[in-house]
Amino acid sequence: MLSESADIVSAMSTLAIEVEGLTKRYDNLTAVNSASFSVPRGTICGFVGPNGAGKTTTIRMLLGLIAPSTGTGTVLGHPITEPEKYLASVGAMIEGPAFYPALTGIENLKVLATMGGIPIERAESLIDLVGLSGRGGDKYKTYSLGMKQRLGIAAALLPNPALLILDEPTNGLDPEGIQEVRDLLKKLASEGTTVFVSSHLLSEIEIISEYIVMLRKGEVVFAGAIDELLLNQKPTIIVRTASESDLAKVAEIAKSQGHHVTIRHGEAHIEGPHEYAAILNKSAFDAGIVLSQLTPTLPNLEETFFEMTGGR
Amino acid sequence: MFKVFFAEWRKLRRPTLFFGTFAAALFFNGLITSFIYLMIDSPQGNGDRGRTITREVLALAGGSVTGFASIGGLLGIIALCVFAAQSAQEYTYGTLRNLLVRQPRRLTLLMGKYAAMKSFALLLTVVNAIVSIAVSVYLSDRAKVTTDLWFTSAGLSEIAHTLVNVYISIIFYAIIGITLGILLRSPISAISIALVWILIIENLIGAVKPVTLDWMPGNQFAAIAEGGTPLVSYSHALILGSSYVLLALLVSSFLFTKRDVAN
Repeated sequence: MLSESADIVSAMSTLAIEVEGLTKRYDNLTAVNSASFSVPRGTICGFVGPNGAGKTTTIRMLLGLIAPSTGTGTVLGHPITEPEKYLASVGAMIEGPAFYPALTGIENLKVLATMGGIPIERAESLIDLVGLSGRGGDKYKTYSLGMKQRLGIAAALLPNPALLILDEPTNGLDPEGIQEVRDLLKKLASEGTTVFVSSHLLSEIEIISEYIVMLRKGEVVFAGAIDELLLNQKPTIIVRTASESDLAKVAEIAKSQGHHVTIRHGEAHIEGPHEYAAILNKSAFDAGIVLSQLTPTLPNLEETFFEMTGGR
Repeated sequence: MFKVFFAEWRKLRRPTLFFGTFAAALFFNGLITSFIYLMIDSPQGNGDRGRTITREVLALAGGSVTGFASIGGLLGIIALCVFAAQSAQEYTYGTLRNLLVRQPRRLTLLMGKYAAMKSFALLLTVVNAIVSIAVSVYLSDRAKVTTDLWFTSAGLSEIAHTLVNVYISIIFYAIIGITLGILLRSPISAISIALVWILIIENLIGAVKPVTLDWMPGNQFAAIAEGGTPLVSYSHALILGSSYVLLALLVSSFLFTKRDVAN
């Protein structure tokens, strides 16, 4: 009776993933430090962070592959300590595709389908879905990086998942392939699948995701809706000067007028609304400085990411 | 566990692995069995380490499987290499993480792998027994060996006993292979350590101090296949061999279920 109630609660949970204080420590290293975030069902959630931030470790903990040192979590309403209760509804590609080189693409999928009690015919239909028609019978070791990636996505889709966890799914794909994956993820989300996708292509994440979890050095620096994140960011004006030595002078002018300035790669990034561009232009002209670029920009994910994770 | 069993067979049945393993086993089987009959009058002997297997011994009820019993240890070493590679490759290819996502009950996954291994070993045993007996029958005339007792009820009983002994020996070797694969997570390390131990270290130590052969795992497994040897009794080999295998099973189960899968 109790178990039945628990199942109903799990089924009704509006969160696909919820973790609280999740931590993974190795001998002298804390790979993930007290991570807390949640991912609503039926959404696409981006999972971003610099290399070594702890993304893959977090994903492995969600899949029951590694045990957390401390903290709790649920996936599809079930605790992450009991992966057998939810993994039948989860598809995953972790750290890129991994298959048996001497088996064909289709046979690799059939191994996993047989293991998971999934009808074999599904493997054949997924080969077509991911654009590997005609190559499914070739050995995996003969595949290009893009084809391997497509097979990895097919394997993740095998159980017709309620939650799809993909680690860098567009790695090695050509622009057409990236567009196909993007469309596929949007289609799956529209059908109710929750997609949790990590990528270093922040523009990609910005296009397809509604939610985002940002990690830095094992800690969550932001978790929530992308719109909410970007709304909290100030617009920026990017300035270049005709003479590089004048860039510092422009920065001084902006600072004296109460604006925060950072200089990166020969550009001054000045926080301020687009109306301030005209004021800055006049101030620079009065100081005898010729501007070669004056571009007001709205905050984007990449800028925000670098600001929050202290990158670049 | 049945799902794991059938999934494992999808890997085991691939032609290069399946036919490669059987071809290697049958080649050595044919070679060693033929050697016993073709070199029967050789002063250098026709058995293992210069031993002589006489016409009288071969004419006994168990004569038809003398060759098969001699290659039992070799079949075991082949099985050890195959299954050490199979289990270690799951780590080097990173495929274990995929398997565990589809079958998160780790002990079920491991037991399914063991079940698949046992069926593969059974096939390896039966096919090699048939071929060895066929070669023995074919060469018995030429070697002037009487086969009257080979297929009597006593002869068939000997065949059954040898089949079981070789099967147990192959399974024991394969369990050690799987355990080394899981422990070392590298096919090359697992296979080379096993081969160096069984083929070189055990024999070196045994040559210096023969009494140690009573305790060496490889020697026990080979003795089980032969139904006991002049140095090691069958019951001693079976009890001690089973103890080693039980320990290996405990180690592999513990590592497989408790260790983080980080590659």
